[in-house]
Amino acid sequence: MELSKIEQLLEKYLNAETSLQEEATLKNYFSTGNVAPHLQEYESMFGYFAISKAETSAKPIQLNTKKKNWKWLSVAASVALLVSVYVGGGFGSGGGPSEDEIAKAQYAEVMSTLKLLSTTLNKGNEAMGNLYAYENTVNKILKTK
Amino acid sequence: MNQSDFLKSVLPFKDKVFRLAKRLLVSTEEAEDATQELYFKLWRNKEKLANYKNVEAFAMTMTKNYCFDRLKSKQASNLTLVHSNYKEKETALETKIEQRDSVSQVHELIDKLPEQQKLVIQLRDIEQYDFEEIGKMLDLKPTAVRVALSRARKTIRQELVKQHNYGII
Repeated sequence: MELSKIEQLLEKYLNAETSLQEEATLKNYFSTGNVAPHLQEYESMFGYFAISKAETSAKPIQLNTKKKNWKWLSVAASVALLVSVYVGGGFGSGGGPSEDEIAKAQYAEVMSTLKLLSTTLNKGNEAMGNLYAYENTVNKILKTK
Repeated sequence: MNQSDFLKSVLPFKDKVFRLAKRLLVSTEEAEDATQELYFKLWRNKEKLANYKNVEAFAMTMTKNYCFDRLKSKQASNLTLVHSNYKEKETALETKIEQRDSVSQVHELIDKLPEQQKLVIQLRDIEQYDFEEIGKMLDLKPTAVRVALSRARKTIRQELVKQHNYGII
């Protein structure tokens, strides 16, 4: 495009009389990088406009408010609570005897281990008897001295 | 109007809303918050949207009003103080680098313009709306839009020429 035409357009541009199309022509001219030196200030203007237009918001839009989310959360929590209570109660009444059996088995196991413990403790006590015999003889020897 | 219909009609101009908010509020985070808030508002008023011929223009007006409210409440509280402190710190470091960069000079020049001219430059030179639409968004007559735009363009150009000459001397 001829320089004189660009200058004409710029005059109109400053008076805000250019159409959008004419402004697009100017934009194109100043984006070529081949700009007359006395028009340099326009180059930075149009350059800035182009850069600004390319800026976008990176944050996605959320339409549901936080309050609403909290409400749903509490509903979900109460449902979970109800279900867990119901399921827990069902186990309690349905599995009664089996629970008893388990308790008995556990009791028997504990008893057997306790017995084992006590017998080994008794063995230890017998060994203690030997210790007393040793002490007695030592005392005898000390007395004879 | 269900959610996907709503999003189809309003998401195309999301970035325009964001850029307008950023032009007025300066910080990216604030602009993102404002965009989010605006879409809340649109979603809440979704039944009324059908009554508007031009939803986009309506949204831009809402954005403008919301940002002005934000700026006012900021001025009323201590937040401006914090903000100006932050800016001062920044200039000392950044001016040296930015002075060479004439493109970011334009950004600063626009920032110094009166609100009305800032808006008009944003809506015309960056978003390329026609005068009718801008008039609707800002509640101005198209001729008033022209006058504001012409003033803004002339100011930016003059300042750039000034700074350019200064740099040579």
